[in-house]
Amino acid sequence: MSALAAPHRRQFTPWLLSGPAVLLFVGVMVVPIAMTVLLSFHDFSMSKGIQPVFILRNWHEVLTDGYFHEMFLRTLRISVIVTVACIALGLPEAYILNRMAPRWRSLFLLVILGPLLISVVARTLGWALLFGGETGLINKTLLRLGVIDSPVPFMFTETGVVVALTHVLIPFMILSVWTALQRVDPQTENAARSLGASQTTILRRIVLPQVMPGVLSGAIIVFALAASAFATPAIIGGRRLKVAATLAYDEFLNTLNWPLGAAVAVLLLVGLIAIIVGSNRLIERRYAQVFQ
Amino acid sequence: MRRNGPLALTFHALFVTFILAPIVIVCWVAFTPEGFLSIPTTEFSLRWFKAIARYPEFIQAFWNSVLLGLASSVIAIAFSVPAALAIARYQFAGRDALTALFLSPLMIPHVVLGIAFLRFFSEIGLGGTFVGLVLAHIIIVLPFAMRLVMASAAGMDRAIENAAVSLGASDMTVFRRVTLPLILPGVLSGAALAFIQSFDEVTMTVFVAAPGTMTLPVRMFLYIQDNIDPLITSLSACVILVTVLFLVAIDRFYGLERLLSGYTRDE
Repeated sequence: MSALAAPHRRQFTPWLLSGPAVLLFVGVMVVPIAMTVLLSFHDFSMSKGIQPVFILRNWHEVLTDGYFHEMFLRTLRISVIVTVACIALGLPEAYILNRMAPRWRSLFLLVILGPLLISVVARTLGWALLFGGETGLINKTLLRLGVIDSPVPFMFTETGVVVALTHVLIPFMILSVWTALQRVDPQTENAARSLGASQTTILRRIVLPQVMPGVLSGAIIVFALAASAFATPAIIGGRRLKVAATLAYDEFLNTLNWPLGAAVAVLLLVGLIAIIVGSNRLIERRYAQVFQ
Repeated sequence: MRRNGPLALTFHALFVTFILAPIVIVCWVAFTPEGFLSIPTTEFSLRWFKAIARYPEFIQAFWNSVLLGLASSVIAIAFSVPAALAIARYQFAGRDALTALFLSPLMIPHVVLGIAFLRFFSEIGLGGTFVGLVLAHIIIVLPFAMRLVMASAAGMDRAIENAAVSLGASDMTVFRRVTLPLILPGVLSGAALAFIQSFDEVTMTVFVAAPGTMTLPVRMFLYIQDNIDPLITSLSACVILVTVLFLVAIDRFYGLERLLSGYTRDE
């Protein structure tokens, strides 16, 4: 008896098919995250370890202590700057790629999107080699040429983290804008040109509005990944320049205060979800108006 | 369509330099004949590549990563094929919620997942084990596999399946002889993307791995935190080389753009 021949069975079929994956996700992802939320309310002391009680101390500490404010503000600042940088560089580059001859275009797409698959550790190491202290290639060259007197500070600075993160995340923006550009009919540009529009007007009034959804969804991906980035800020920023993710790591694996680390992680998760859902709403409302 | 002007091409050249510079420098420094970090100009040497052999922990970590990538991508595919078929072709209550659940690991910070898994596995006695690592990796690579299988299932002509059914084929036969061969490109590329994701993952794994089950990127990350020397550049160069070969092969056989559609949001 086939599933197609038995309509009454069909409503169960999708659940039967996805059942194993649902069980896996609930058992191995939803339950652990719920446990982490619970953990953030537990008590911790050096002598007794984790106490399974319900207290608000970790949350009080994370929400009121200036130290944590600084970390979260820094994370937010870095993520916003990285997102803006990815738009500013990625949008024109995607447009330029789209106007290339097909042969060059596929070569450069490979060159620009390929790094997405290369280990983040290896890519960040490259930035450390270019700018790290006096041995960095760029610093060394600039010093020798006499352009600068002392090495450009890069390691352990926010600028360094921003540059390296932009490099790591910009392929996501290009991919997103590129996908949107594929749906733009080139004839709309030609029509505008034949009606006497300048190149600037065409970009601003014809191309930009059509790729805006791609830019915004790319921005959300980049922002979310920048805010939760770990390896790059850990390597470039080190212990001296902590962000939310490296802060949670330190609480867990160095200080061993798991409940406090859990509170930091849950706050990061909740904050990120709030920002993503909020901006999604805003974008939808905005675009509902545009297309009316 | 107009061609790019000189200004656009200059921007493009600078952009490509920005993208490639850090990757090229790693590979370049890896060939230094010196005992310290330097840019070789006249003399190139393989001494740091040979030196990798003296660090069995990196070799061990490499095999751990390969095994972990294979196990988690194969199992993730096994879970996602039926689930993706359900989502791609049935209309049912809870369908959107299900899709959101399966794709959620893309939006949850890996630090949060790492912490959650660390706590969970140590509570149920899987702390630091390879089994725990595989379970954790299945969760983070499944969305990538799911995306690509869903895309190929959605684009499939169902009339062929109906024809097989009308000719008397059983459900299992239809799946094995008709459906699976048709969605195979999506399944294989989904597995490839899942493998790469698992192979490169650092953030979550750094919480879950114990010294014996440590993966290559985690070992490299911990090594870099202590010191940066030519050894780590030659290791990175090897990782980059393997990835580039993989990439070119995928681009040849499947198309990089289609593979990377696993990275964009639901459109």
